[in-house]
Parts: sequence; C-alpha cells; structure tokens
Amino acid sequence: MTDTAAPPLRKKDFSSDQEVRWCPGCGDYAILANVQGIMPSLGIARENLVFVSGIGCAARFPYYMETYGFHSIHGRAPAIATGISATRPDLKVFVVTGDGDALSIGGNHLIHAMRRNANLTILLFNNQIYGLTKGQYSPTSELGKITKSTPMGSLDYPFNPVSVALGAEATFVARSIDNEREHLTDMLTRAAAHEGTAFIEIYQNCNIFNDGAFDAVRKNRPQQIRLEHGQPIRFGADHEFGVALKRTGQLEIVDVASVGEDGLLVHDAHRADPGLAFMLSRLSHTPEGPTPIGLFRQIERPVYGTGLNRQVDAAIARRGRGELADLLAGSDSWVVAG
Amino acid sequence: MTSKTVQQRGTVTIRFAGDSGDGMQLTGNRFTSVSAVLGNDVATLPDFPAEIRAPAGSLPGVSGFQLHFADHDILTPGDAPDVLVAMNPAALKTNVEDLDPGATIIVNSDAFSPGNLRKARYDTNPLEDATLDAFNVISVPLSTLTVGALDDTDLGKKEKERAKNMFALGLMSWMFSRPTEPTIEWVRTKFASQPELAEANITAFTAGFAFGETTELFAHSYEVKPAELPPGRYRQITGNAAIAYGLVAAAECTGLPLFLGGYPITPASDVLHELARLKHFGVRTFQAEDEIAGVGAALGAAFAGNLAATVTSGPGVALKAETIGLAVSVELPLLILNIQRGGPSTGLPTKTEQSDLLQAMYGRNGEAPVPIVAASTPGDCFDAAIEAARIAVTYRTPVFVLSDGYLANGAEPWRIPAVDDLPDLRSAVRFATEPNHDGEFWPFQRDPETLARPWATPGTAGLEHRIGGLEKADGTGNISYDPDNHHRMTELRAAKIARIAETIPPLAVDHVEGARLLVLGWGSTYGPIRAAVRRARADGGLVATAHLRHLNPFPSNLGDVLRSYDRVLVPEMNAGQLRRLLRADFLVDVHGYHRVSGLPFTTAELVDAISHELKGLS
Repeated sequence: MTDTAAPPLRKKDFSSDQEVRWCPGCGDYAILANVQGIMPSLGIARENLVFVSGIGCAARFPYYMETYGFHSIHGRAPAIATGISATRPDLKVFVVTGDGDALSIGGNHLIHAMRRNANLTILLFNNQIYGLTKGQYSPTSELGKITKSTPMGSLDYPFNPVSVALGAEATFVARSIDNEREHLTDMLTRAAAHEGTAFIEIYQNCNIFNDGAFDAVRKNRPQQIRLEHGQPIRFGADHEFGVALKRTGQLEIVDVASVGEDGLLVHDAHRADPGLAFMLSRLSHTPEGPTPIGLFRQIERPVYGTGLNRQVDAAIARRGRGELADLLAGSDSWVVAG
Repeated sequence: MTSKTVQQRGTVTIRFAGDSGDGMQLTGNRFTSVSAVLGNDVATLPDFPAEIRAPAGSLPGVSGFQLHFADHDILTPGDAPDVLVAMNPAALKTNVEDLDPGATIIVNSDAFSPGNLRKARYDTNPLEDATLDAFNVISVPLSTLTVGALDDTDLGKKEKERAKNMFALGLMSWMFSRPTEPTIEWVRTKFASQPELAEANITAFTAGFAFGETTELFAHSYEVKPAELPPGRYRQITGNAAIAYGLVAAAECTGLPLFLGGYPITPASDVLHELARLKHFGVRTFQAEDEIAGVGAALGAAFAGNLAATVTSGPGVALKAETIGLAVSVELPLLILNIQRGGPSTGLPTKTEQSDLLQAMYGRNGEAPVPIVAASTPGDCFDAAIEAARIAVTYRTPVFVLSDGYLANGAEPWRIPAVDDLPDLRSAVRFATEPNHDGEFWPFQRDPETLARPWATPGTAGLEHRIGGLEKADGTGNISYDPDNHHRMTELRAAKIARIAETIPPLAVDHVEGARLLVLGWGSTYGPIRAAVRRARADGGLVATAHLRHLNPFPSNLGDVLRSYDRVLVPEMNAGQLRRLLRADFLVDVHGYHRVSGLPFTTAELVDAISHELKGLS
C-alpha cells in the first residue's frame, strides 16, 4: 500500500457514539448539527479541539462531539476553559453554555473571560428558561414571567446577553438563531476564526418549558434585523423600516420611505468603541421588538493566553532558562562545615 | 573609647515591636538574616495586624517580630522574649505581659509623649512610675538620636525620623555582636536607585551601633556563638517561599510545566507573588477573578497536561470545594495549597491556626476523598509540595497541602537540597498515547497497581474523550446512572486514595525506653512539640513523640503505634480535629491539648500539658 493522505474529515467524524438525549424538538439538535457541520471546514485536527461546558441542557453538548470534552460544574466553564486555552495555544477551545449557566451562576467568569480576551469561542444557548431543573425563570426571562418559582410573575429585570458581552467589551459579539442554518453557520465560522473571546448568543427554542420565545424574530418575521457590516440597517417584511442615528445620540426606527436609505445607520462591526453596537443591542430589550441578529462587533485586542506565554518566553530570553539549583541557593547562603 | 566586656549567651529571644509603619518586620528580618549567616540557628515569628496601617500609635496598630537565635538547634521562636524593643507606648503595652521578670526593655523614649500615652491607654508614663520595676528598662531617645545622626543630609525631619528602625537595628547589632557589613551591603542593594536614602539608612544604622559602644547605658554586649547544624550549605527561608520553590522543583521532577491559578488572600498571596517572579522557569501564574476561577483554571490546566496548583487560605478553600469535588470525579492531578489562618469566616487573616484539617478531609459533597499532606516547618514546605505532587500525578487526584500562617511567614535556616537528590517523578506522569482497550481509548480503565486512570491530554490523536462530573461507567467513562456502577466507582475512588498508604513511609517514632506517653502532632506544631518533649525529657519525663506528614491516608502503622502507648496526647491549634479522626479510625482514647489564640504554642504550655498527662499515668 502506498501512503495516502488521510481522507478529509466529514461532519459525521465529529459525532461521538453517545446517544443524544435532549427532548425531541429541542433547538439544541439544530445547533449541534450546525456545529458538527462547520468542524471539517475549520481545518483543525479533532484532537486539537476541546469543548468545555458547565451545567444545564446545553452543557451535555461536549458528550456528543468526537473531540476532547470537559463537562464541568455550574457556571465555571469559562474559568476551566481559560486554564486550558491559556496554557495550550495549540488548542481550539469552545465553551458551550446556557442563559442560567453563563449569566446567573457563572456571570462573573463570563465577563472576566471576555474582558481578558481569553482565546475561547463561547456559544451561549439562550432559551430564557431553566430547562434541566424543569422550568424556573432564568436571568434572561422576560419581566413578569410566570413559572413554578414565580407563580405571581418574576420580579427581576432580565439581562440582554449581547448587551452584557458588549458591556464587558468582548472582542467578538454576535447573535444567531438555532434553526437559521446558513446564518448560524456563518456566525460560527467567523467566531471560530476569531483570535480572542468570540461570544455568540444563539436563540434556542425550549419547546417544553418556553416554546415560541423567539417566534417574533425568526426568519422572515418582520421584527428580525439582519446586521451586515457596511450595509445600512433595514428590516421589515419589505425592508421598509430602518435604523437611524438621531442628532440626540439615540437610535430610532424610521420609515425608509420617509428618510431615504442615506438617512440610515450603516453598520460598522469593527468600530473600536462598543457604544454603537451596544445601542443596537438595546433596540429591543427582549426578542419581541425589533431585534438584530448577526455580528455586532469584531475588533482585535491582545489575547490573554498569547500574552501569558510571551511573558514566559521574554523572561527566559532575558534571564536564561531558570536553574533550580540557583533558585534554591538564593543570594544569601552560608556553609556549615562538617 | 572604653572597650566593654562581652558575655556569652546560648540562646536569646528578641521581639521588635512598633507601629505598622515603623518597619519592624524589615528590622526583624534583617537581624534574622545576619544571625543566620553568622551560623546561629534561628526561628522567627512575625506578628502583624490585618490592617495595613491602623492609626499611628494605637494599640491595634502594633506590629511585632520575634526572633529566637541560639548556639544550638532550636525548634521554636521562643516563649518569652529576653529583650523587647518597643518603639512607642502602644508597643510596650501590648507586649510587656509576655515578658518574664528581669527581661530587658529598650524603649524609644521620644515616643512617650502625652498623646501617644493616651492612645496606648496609659494614665501615667510607665517610664516614670513603678510599672516596669521588674524589668531592666533602657530608655533611648531613638528619634532624636537618629535625626541628629542625619543632621548633614538634605532629608526632611520626617524622613530622617523614619530611619529610627535602622538606628535600633544598629544598636541591637552591637548588643548581640552581629556583623555590620551584611546589613550595609543589603541597604545599598535595596536602595540602589536612591543612593541618598541608602546612605541615610546606613548612617542611622552605624550610629546605632556606635551608640551602643559608647553609651553608659549598656555595661556589656552579648555573643551567641554559631550553632552546630548538620554540615551543608544553608539559607534562610520562609514557608511561603519554600512551598513556591517546592512547586517549581516538582515541575522539574515531573517534567511538566507549572501552572498556578490563584486569587489574593492572606496569608497565601506571597506564594502567588513568588511564582509570578519565576516565569523564566516556565511558570505560568494566573490571578483569577475569584477563588473559584483560580482553581477552575488550574483544573483546566491539569486536563491540558500541566502540573497545576491553586494557593489559598481556608475561606478560599470553601469557595473551591465544588471544583475540588470535580477534580475527584474526573480524577486529574491538582494541588490545593491551603495556608491556614484563624477562622471561622474571615476570622484572623494574619494569624495562624490549623483548623482546616476537617475541611480538607470532608469539605465536599458526596464521597470525595482527597489526600492530605502537611508541612511541619518553614523549610519542610518545600518537601511537602514535592510529596503532594508525587501523589497527585501518580494517582491522578487532587491533593491538599496544609501549611499555616506561622510557617508561611516564619523563617528558619534551611539546608539547601541538592537538585540531584530530588525524586524523579517523570515515570509517574506517563501521558496516555495509545488506545488501551481493544483499539479504543477508555479514559477510566485503571492501572491495576495504583488504580489511577490514564491521563490523555488534548492534542493526542486518537484518544479524544469526554470527562465530566456526572458518574462515569467503570472503564469506558461514559455517563452512567447504573446503581451498581456508582457503588463500584465510589469504592474504587476510595480504594485508590487508600492505596497511597503503600507508598508512604511508616510513621517514625522518637521513642525513649519506658515511655508510656506518645505526643503526636501534625503541621506547624512540630517545633513547639519537639521543644516541649526535649524539655520534659530533660526533667526526667519518659515521653515518645511522632509527627504526621500524611493526614490522608495515614501511614499504615499508625494504628499499631497508637495502641502501643498507654496514652496519646495530640496538641493542635484547633478544637481537636486530628484527635477526632484518630478516635474515629482507631478507637483509641486520644487526649488533646487545644488552644486557638492565633499564635503558635509556647514550649512552656506544652511542657505543662505533657506533665499533666504523665501525672495521669502514674
């Protein structure tokens, strides 16, 4: 037999032998298929891919990927993943999390991973509910949500995950939807190619406890706004609406017919300042009103792990590789004769 | 100049006490260094408030540094100081009770102003009434003399006065015949970028020395000859430095890169600081957003193939508990260094205690055994760290290293180990590179000898696998809710930790013929216990003693040792935590001696405790 190059990997090569155990109809299936689908195109060997998760329905994800995987504890995946990626720049590390895992119990780790710009691709499956614990309201549930733990309605104001990520100055912030195959593929591919923390909020339907939470903003629905870098921001059934920047510094929804296309805000995903992207994330606080999906922001900033390893290299270059005997001897030693 | 006589002393204990801002820790450390280099055996006890700068002159603001040096080997920082240097009334007030009658007190008389006396709650000046009649009080206007010595410099009065600790150091250096050159050299190096300050400090220091020589206040000086220590090259080391070096050494022994995830916490932060300086050893340190992320990143780094550690104190361990449980479940090597302090809650951040033993033993949900290694002296922290790393990598388990505030900040002469004598732990690492089960890779197929699972790091082709905190099927590691499997895995995890006992040396007992009492300790009580046993024996007491390095699992002969004595006394700086474990494991009626004052035991109180037990036996 002659040597032949290994055949290119296909989607099924990234599918583990474990039975997938999400509820039938769960939005997670579409996301899993999409993620497995982009893997061959990344050009990264399976052994160099690591999926880290916390706790929750989404957190089962690593078991279904034929890569390295770590299903950890509630909220802590970004911290554990930071330890992996910072010490092993040769690895591509994904974090798969949910709205409770990332924004409630793990909120601290999420924001710090993002400000640090650890080299992580963070996929936040947002279904606005606690699924695995059977239907309590989550930190992204709409105000007044009636659940088993809030029979008279929830009292706390929800997070908008994209706003949180932009507030923490993540260097890549995007939003997509579980069953928008092409859009999600595009966002995942771009996120995976990003150096630093790439954060994608994925609207994910929980058909058991919160069915239809994103129906208002799904494909071809008038409230969905597709952000395209360099394009004026338009939406509506016939693209009849647009987003304009008022002289007062606020964004407003306008009729394109009345202001003309030149009067619309042109989306710039690469602005250094996250302010405008933040304002876009605030057009509607919850996915009922006009809601942008797509890439909000992508900028370059030094990556934590790269800096960490550079300091080590620089210290060795400057001082030479440390000699343990010298370290132990110190600068102030004396001899006791026998 | 008249030459004064020199008296020989075998052992001296000095305590420097002053305001937090008076530089007492620095002064004490300098005196220690010089004494160590001179060949004395030394032991130190820094004692400082949690506040960085409490109000000047106030009682809570007093910072102390006790130093014991001798011409023979010593085990403790000394019980009662022979000399107290008190820089102000508050320092006098808070420390005078620890002195025995006849002790020498050197005070900075300049600081005994009505305002400072009031802050120290003295109604009258103790230098002028009978308060201190039992002591040999030497009043020295330290501030005035220091400022005077610096007359020719351009420094402001405040800056001049700030050098008074160096004047005091000079005076004490004369009093105890310490060489001046090392300190002068040290000042030059420390203030290399500020030569003016360097010269001022040196001037104050030499003026203090000269003052001792010329003043009529001192009739004579003292000399403490070098101690006879085992031959070798020595240095001074604190526990926190030793534990950091131990980690670096363990990384070299295992051939793994070292990763430390931590979060600032007293009294553990110096380990993070020390390792952050050692990047040229390939050390990666990560100051995380919280304690949980510190251990989380370390566990991630362990999965990725690092020798991973986290350093903290008791409150931090409480936060890390869930992640340590995860490390037990996924069976990855991880070192958790707990530099214990007084608890519960925030407790006494700068004081010592050994009250986290049961937390290390049991502080997790589920059946989650974790090996525990304890350090007994500052220098021993080095060996404890290496031993913990050996256990962690060999058995793929998190391991606790227990140190405490006393070891962390206390210093002793340390015989520098030869690098060639350190254990070779590379064979214990053995990363998995090949499938291990009919062409498949089973991440939980165990080594039959150690019961350790294979360590396959990301980047290894063909061994892609998933781990997690859910129960795993024995062998394949797949999620399993099977009842029998869970029981089996629980037993396997326990058996793996129990097997560590096969590789730890039996407990060595320092026995004397006829001894019916065993004094057993662990951790930083080593020094006081040995010193007390030594003294009890000198008084004719028949006492055996032993000290535990491994708290989980125990050495395999421990039960036999306990049962071979009529009485066992376990002194602990807690309410009896080891005692409880021993009673539970061995059904032996262990007696305890417990005190939690934030300070190490004195030799005298343990001598009393021992003699009480001996009386009970007779």
